[in-house]
Amino acid sequence: MPTRKADSAELEQHRGHLLKFAMLQVRDRAAAEDLVQDTFAAAVAALERFEGRASLRTWLTRILLNKIADHLRASGRHVSIDAHAAEDETDGVEAFFQANGRHVETPQAWDNPEAALSQSRFFGVLERCVEGLSQTAARVFLLRELMGFSVEEICKELCISESNCFVLLHRSRIRLRACLEKKWFT
Amino acid sequence: MMPSCREASRLLSDRLDRPLRFGERLGLHLHLAVCRACSRAEKQFDFLRKAMSELGKHR
Repeated sequence: MPTRKADSAELEQHRGHLLKFAMLQVRDRAAAEDLVQDTFAAAVAALERFEGRASLRTWLTRILLNKIADHLRASGRHVSIDAHAAEDETDGVEAFFQANGRHVETPQAWDNPEAALSQSRFFGVLERCVEGLSQTAARVFLLRELMGFSVEEICKELCISESNCFVLLHRSRIRLRACLEKKWFT
Repeated sequence: MMPSCREASRLLSDRLDRPLRFGERLGLHLHLAVCRACSRAEKQFDFLRKAMSELGKHR
């Protein structure tokens, strides 16, 4: 068994991801830092309950999600994810495709996208684009792409169906692709 | 049958989250062979995943 001290150091490796996730969900840096701090405190207190069935990051993210839900509820911004998902009958990509299924705006070629990855300004643009998604779509997308959840884990955690999850991921990718093209690659 | 751009887009997204069935893979492959726009979207969805995996390292 690893020692408690090693575990704390291990927790720290996930701070950057947790902070980014919290910031993109509550959109307030100070509040996000507090939420991550609370998450670490709760995690350290409950470390012996971590069973290693999920990854450490997944476990920490679950704690953080509860803290974020409490925070949003307290500030009156809580949206029930079930209610939100249930009212979403369409796939939300109508604006991007014509009735015959063709693109409304043809995706353009991006000049050297890899180069963007070495520019911190690009990541600022990416974050603004993520903030343009609905709270639910952003949450599903960030759990998948930032926190490394599987679709199965997302469905279980957020109580949404797999088909709803695929729809929200597609919608997020379509919107983010278009947003990056407009805000960075033109 | 050949999928539309809309259907191809959905498959390009889905395959990042689940293995596609044989028929889906075949349809997508046929579509990408003749559609430059969706071939771009394919690369860009992959790039988006890569960019998101880097985002956590940026404070």
